[in-house]
Amino acid sequence: MPAPLLVPAAIGIVFLVFPLVGLVIRAPWSAIGPQLAQEGVGQALRLSLVSATLATLVSLLLGVPIAWVLARSRIPGRSVLRALVTVPLVLPPVVGGVALFLVLGRQGILGRPLFEHLGITIPFTTTAVVIAETFVAMPFLVISVEGALRAADARFEDAAATLGADRWTTFRRVTLPLVAPGIAAGAVLCWARALGEFGATITFAGNFPGTTQTMPLAVYLALQRDPEAAIVLSLVLLAVSLATLLLLRDRWLGRGVSA
Amino acid sequence: MTLSAHVVVQRGSLAVDLEVAVADGEVLAVLGPNGAGKSTLLRVLAGLLPPDDGRVVLDGDTVWDDGRVHVPPHQRSLGMVFQDHLLFPHLSITENVAFGLRTRGVHRAAARASAEAWLTRVGLAGLGGRRPGELSGGQAQRAALARALVVDPRLLLLDEPLSALDARTRLTVRAELHRHLSEFPGSAVLVTHDPIDAMALADRVVVVEDGRVAQAGTPAEVARRPRTDYVARLVGLFLLPGTGKGEQVVLDGGGVVAIAEEAAGPVFVAIRPESVALYLQHPDGSPRNVWPLRLVSATPHGSVVRCDLTGEVPLTADVTATSFAEMGLAPGAEVWASVKASEVAVYTR
Repeated sequence: MPAPLLVPAAIGIVFLVFPLVGLVIRAPWSAIGPQLAQEGVGQALRLSLVSATLATLVSLLLGVPIAWVLARSRIPGRSVLRALVTVPLVLPPVVGGVALFLVLGRQGILGRPLFEHLGITIPFTTTAVVIAETFVAMPFLVISVEGALRAADARFEDAAATLGADRWTTFRRVTLPLVAPGIAAGAVLCWARALGEFGATITFAGNFPGTTQTMPLAVYLALQRDPEAAIVLSLVLLAVSLATLLLLRDRWLGRGVSA
Repeated sequence: MTLSAHVVVQRGSLAVDLEVAVADGEVLAVLGPNGAGKSTLLRVLAGLLPPDDGRVVLDGDTVWDDGRVHVPPHQRSLGMVFQDHLLFPHLSITENVAFGLRTRGVHRAAARASAEAWLTRVGLAGLGGRRPGELSGGQAQRAALARALVVDPRLLLLDEPLSALDARTRLTVRAELHRHLSEFPGSAVLVTHDPIDAMALADRVVVVEDGRVAQAGTPAEVARRPRTDYVARLVGLFLLPGTGKGEQVVLDGGGVVAIAEEAAGPVFVAIRPESVALYLQHPDGSPRNVWPLRLVSATPHGSVVRCDLTGEVPLTADVTATSFAEMGLAPGAEVWASVKASEVAVYTR
């Protein structure tokens, strides 16, 4: 193996792995139990898991149809649409939060009529957390599912059509099962991204324990007040991420490599 | 006529303009080289590809008319068999075969029962629980045929149904396909590049080249009197266009061929490569067709060597491997070629 490739690769791997190792080394193992027992921790963890899961569900409901439109329909301006949909992928999350605030805040384009006519306030609620996470994480799902749709043989859909299936039936009974691994991979990516969401959440939803303070927010806050607590919370997030990866490694990593 | 269609499609540089008609119980083979527009025709008939112009009428119902009428594929009564079977990989064989019935609202149990019955008919009884990946190529193609036929379609479309199979499997599946096609009451269109499929399975053959119908007729007619080099080569004939002048034909490319009958006007001269004899010296006696030619190339072809010859009359000759070796032939060799006048077929262009 040539050194010009091997050496940077080794440095890169150390760079990626070392911080995680450091986190584990510095962990106050004896204090973990009491730290986790704190009221705020469980609350933040629960909120994080619930809101990330809700964001993933919303992303599935909206993102899979977006991916289908991008991969299968013949509407004009598809490439523009694809670019628009993937903007949140490259946008700094804080900017996303500001944008959401401007649209859905009490003075926002949509937020104002919502508040004045229906009395609904979105910012600084758990709903806002889910919206912020969905905004940031859905493009991961869309990209992943669109790739799976493009890779799937569209002639199976032709075969279904000749067997009397309309496009909706074909989608449900043929396309969806064929791209299920891609959807699962996209959902995991989406969920992981939502779980770690920080910038858009703190901007649009704020940082209120119990309603909008998710784990990443709690970690950041704890780091200033009580570094030991921050390490414990980070470990919990790390454990959740690794568990997800392990759970889906056959479905995601295995197929991802072979496909 | 249960199917009549006029299809005009531009596919890149290929302009497809084809007219076909198939009666009830008739099997039409669309024979042609790759890229001739055969599969395009089939996709238009199925409704999977909108033509640029034309009309498709199925059982008296117009299903496509120049953009004014467009019945989507799932509302046409058709069954289609694809080259690589395209059985849904996530469904069992029974579920695959039952698919068309389920989409038409047949209840699960009834659909499964019909599917099982058809699997038995195509010789796959007991394999319904398997996944497509667990079947051999021949079994998968039988299942695909069952899946297409179970819905009792008016039109059956077969897109190179045998070409993905190995030679031995192809033989048995072809025989079974022939049986199912002769029992099929609707119209069937078979697309193939294999003349044997066309001859064995079809009642009529349409030869398509460059998007146009080059020849149409019964398999026997097409085999006996090919009108294009492509078909001639497929059926093992060498074709020379010319003009009949009494008992001889003046070839378009120069040269004269003596024939056993009288001919006049534009004709084709068809010569079987095995009827061409090669000699190193001018042959004895006075055969009427003798030409000095040069060997361009020689390729083994079963037990014979196929020799491409150039000169006054370009020819292809099949000689046995033994005599090829005895004559010490090699590309560039000068030879005399002779054909009996009675071995030359002539028919009008």
